Amino acid sequence: MGNILLTGAIEIGKILLVIVPLLVSVAMLTYFERKVIGAIQLRKGPNVVGPFGLLQPFADALKLLTKETIVPTGANRVVFMMAPVLTLLLSLVAWAVIPFGYGMVLADINVGILYLFAISSLGVYGIIMAGWASNSKYAFLGALRSAAQMVSYEVSIGFVIITVLLCVGSLNLSDIVMAQRNVWFFIPLFPMFIIFFVSALAETNRSPFDLPEGESEIVAGYFVEYSSMSFAMFFLGEYAAMILMSGMTSILFLGGWLPPFDIAPFNWIPGLVWFALKTAACLFVFLWVRATMPRYRYDQLMRLGWKVFLPFSLLWVVLTAGVLMATGWIAR
Amino acid sequence: MIEAIVFYVFSAVLVASAVMVIFARNPVHSVLFLILCFFNAAGLFVLMGAEFLAMILVVVYVGAVAVLFLFVVMMLDVDFAALRAGYAKYLPVGAAVGVILAAELVFVLAPWAFSPSVPEAIAVPIPDPGQIHNTRALGLVLYDQYVFVFQAAGLILLVAMIGAIVLTLREREGVKRQSIPRQIARTRAEGVETVAVKSRQGVDV
Repeated sequence: MGNILLTGAIEIGKILLVIVPLLVSVAMLTYFERKVIGAIQLRKGPNVVGPFGLLQPFADALKLLTKETIVPTGANRVVFMMAPVLTLLLSLVAWAVIPFGYGMVLADINVGILYLFAISSLGVYGIIMAGWASNSKYAFLGALRSAAQMVSYEVSIGFVIITVLLCVGSLNLSDIVMAQRNVWFFIPLFPMFIIFFVSALAETNRSPFDLPEGESEIVAGYFVEYSSMSFAMFFLGEYAAMILMSGMTSILFLGGWLPPFDIAPFNWIPGLVWFALKTAACLFVFLWVRATMPRYRYDQLMRLGWKVFLPFSLLWVVLTAGVLMATGWIAR
Repeated sequence: MIEAIVFYVFSAVLVASAVMVIFARNPVHSVLFLILCFFNAAGLFVLMGAEFLAMILVVVYVGAVAVLFLFVVMMLDVDFAALRAGYAKYLPVGAAVGVILAAELVFVLAPWAFSPSVPEAIAVPIPDPGQIHNTRALGLVLYDQYVFVFQAAGLILLVAMIGAIVLTLREREGVKRQSIPRQIARTRAEGVETVAVKSRQGVDV
């Protein structure tokens, strides 16, 4: 019995070792976003609270904590409170299978990539539930947009994952990284890399695909009725999902924890640092896109998903499979 | 022991939420309970070592099918009073149907037993789980052994999909559509015309 308790305590410690840095990086990401967009727009960004404004996210969190939680009269209370919890929960549980370095993973399960795909396809529930339970027309419109958008882009994400899996021959995330020792997958699969990244933007409801929260048309979309901590949880969930998608991009296409060249100065740096650097680079592109691109119109968004990405990624799956079969490189 | 506890927790929640799917007054709550049901079924699959099936269950049913259910149910304008109005009237008929169905099930299931030759009767012997990983085993059966049956099933689904599209597609007159190629192919000469307007005369457009 004591043995079980000890193992349990060690596992909880490991989980905290993932979750706590993750939440800190979510906080830092909001700061990073404001700084980057500030720099792009020739402003300073937050620079008052703490050195270089570094404590700004914590000040924001404190402010949100002290606000009043408001539940609208017509709202469905249970579902209304469940939605932000679910959003945050889903963006945290996905980290269980992410390998941060060689063997540095909480659960090295055989179907890791499927698990990630399953969890990211559930993200839509938090949004639909929030939109419906708020009993408000803007929230509902935002939720409907989001549901249609996420379901559409998941299909092409699925095809991109299949292409990578064809090249690896395993669903295990560590195997996917190790298969990129010679060449990172973004070189042979460059178009799929682009499709994956754009779909990740759509999947996380980020600009230019942030129609579910398009403030110029539907106020703030699905979370318009939320305040205080329940609002903050949506916020945390969205940013954690962004970090997750960037982490997935670096695992699937940028070689995860592997150094760019396996020679002296590069392989002295630990894999964790490489993984963090690659993820941060992807996150920077997320923010760069937000500051650069105008929002898509809704029908254009649907056209891009169904009429451009879907046929193209399907074609590329067939092409990859054909090339692998013809050359005999297919993993067995 | 822990596995047994986890099994009973999953099963109990599964059965309870399945009951709630039927008894929840609000159809949206029903769908949410259905999702909880799927999750617990996935948990049971993981306990049995079929992690591939568990993940596919979550991806397909929870991630796609239930989203569409929720989508439709939320759009319905449900009047709860009207739903309950005919309750007493339909109760005897419903109860009769339920009793007959239950009786039929008992008659069929009571004398039913596994044939002792089932392991030999299965066309494809189950691979040794210690030697081959279950995702791979499923792949070998589906895509190697039964590839033509699998393809035929895919074709049937494709036909069903095309049928649904054909049945619901209707061409309407006078609908303005955006044509991206035409839009891109437009040149400045087609779109812009410079007219020198004489004073007090205007232009014919």
